[in-house]
Amino acid sequence: MKSFFNYIAEIFSGVWTLLTGMKVTAKYFFTPWKNVTQQYPENRDTLVMYDRFRGEVIMPHNENNEHKCTGCGLCENACPNGSIEIISKSIVNEEGKKKRIIDQHIYHLGMCTFCNLCVRACPSDAIVMGQKFEHAHWDRSTFTKVLNQPGSKIMEGIKE
Amino acid sequence: MAEFSEKYIITDEIKADEYLVNIGPQHPSTHGVLRLLTRLEGEIVHNVEPHIGYIHSGIEKMTEALSYPQIVHLTDRMDYLSAHMNNEAVCLCVENALQVEVPERVKYIRTIFDELQRLASHQLWWCASGMDLGALTAFFYGLRDREDILDIFEETCGARLTLNYSVPGGVMFDIHPNFQKSVKAFITKFRKKLPEYDKLLTDNIIFQNRTKGVGVLSKEDAIAFGVTGPTGRASGFSCDVRKHHPYSAYPYIKFDEKLGTDGDSFMRWKVRMDEMWESMNIIEQLIDNIPEGDFAVKMKGVIKLPEGEFYQRVESARGEFGVYIVSDGKKNPYRVKFRSPGFSNLFTINHIAKGWKIADLVAIMATFDLVIPDIDR
Ligand code: SF4
Ligand code: SF4
Repeated sequence: MKSFFNYIAEIFSGVWTLLTGMKVTAKYFFTPWKNVTQQYPENRDTLVMYDRFRGEVIMPHNENNEHKCTGCGLCENACPNGSIEIISKSIVNEEGKKKRIIDQHIYHLGMCTFCNLCVRACPSDAIVMGQKFEHAHWDRSTFTKVLNQPGSKIMEGIKE
Repeated sequence: MAEFSEKYIITDEIKADEYLVNIGPQHPSTHGVLRLLTRLEGEIVHNVEPHIGYIHSGIEKMTEALSYPQIVHLTDRMDYLSAHMNNEAVCLCVENALQVEVPERVKYIRTIFDELQRLASHQLWWCASGMDLGALTAFFYGLRDREDILDIFEETCGARLTLNYSVPGGVMFDIHPNFQKSVKAFITKFRKKLPEYDKLLTDNIIFQNRTKGVGVLSKEDAIAFGVTGPTGRASGFSCDVRKHHPYSAYPYIKFDEKLGTDGDSFMRWKVRMDEMWESMNIIEQLIDNIPEGDFAVKMKGVIKLPEGEFYQRVESARGEFGVYIVSDGKKNPYRVKFRSPGFSNLFTINHIAKGWKIADLVAIMATFDLVIPDIDR
């Protein structure tokens, strides 16, 4: 007889705990404005990423199409997976001296792990992390980027 | 309560009425590519043989070609839910080897990040194992609250999962000006949410019947198998590295090591739930007292460890995570070995799942909190 009452009591306590749980879900069901889902593709225009967000490596250029990269190759060394390739060329400057400058700063976005080590390694802050994160693309070759823009020069006064 | 059928415990050879079932490598309840070769008779588990190697990425070997700052970023990818603890372990190991004293500020920041990471990890564990046991709603609630922590991470260090925030000598950036405010806001909010978790699942009678008494791991076995972390503590094995070998800011704070008694699935669950409260206490002790100072000491451009062997352990969300570096004085290590908690924890499964039903095996796995890349690295 006792076990019978236990059985009934267990059923009631079971139903009770179920209802307690459902109270929580019901609370959210009836207060949908408290829910936090971002309407992602729709809110693209207003979506602002945090300023430290690591989306891709970019090389900022100023209005005269000048960047700060000296072509020293420290970022290439710091990168753990070879996502950066520095191709430099030698030129003869006005004083007739030979000088090595950057030809192409190649960045393989597809291999990058966004670890920020290259940005930390750069002595002249030539590269920074960009906020763009929608990198999906149909064509893999678009992931190989040349960060210095065509025809760009190095800024005045950057120590080499 | 589920029944333990002792009479079915058997010997090694496959009998006529037994059959083999592969659970995984692609199975939701294995939380990754883990394959459990299970020998069943009807629904009763006679033997579980974990097969790993499906996601082996050779991280230990890869590190031999990398410099020390580069190694740190790879450790994110092992136990991705305890990314910061893994980063910190390597950094501490390198700092100890070079005998670099990091500023107090760094210690505080690292410890707060540790605990935030532990909270995030336990939240994901909570929701995912709720889902394993059939409570789908839990999954959404857990992920919703975890999002707040990931936002804090993103604000300060720019990444959400693979943080790479610790560097040898300090942290990568100083904390964001909003950091303290957002952490405090999160804690106030989460203190209200955590009781909801209990109402939703912990107190639920179906959930309790599925976990109480299921998959008991005794203290002796926990020690013998080298089980650490909440899983070990649920069996009463006091193994918290934060208590026994304190590092970073853990010596400065007061906290309890949550110990269980029964060692069953429910106790493993309870210990983790209690740890979330404890993590919040730890963060609250630290968050207002972050000392002023540098966020990193200047290290040499090329870090070379002296010749020798170095070991550092930290408490990750799953247990003791250890880094063992053998250096021959060059800029790359000679050999690196990671002691991952998941590996030791997983291999108790055959021992404790024998004789239980296959649904109980899922409950056991859920409360073990397995992260497969951590096991398989
Ligand atoms: S972020 Fe890391 S992986 Fe990417 S290019 Fe820089 S160093 Fe290489
Ligand atoms: S980006 Fe910086 S580190 Fe890389 S080559 Fe240019 S100047 Fe050197």
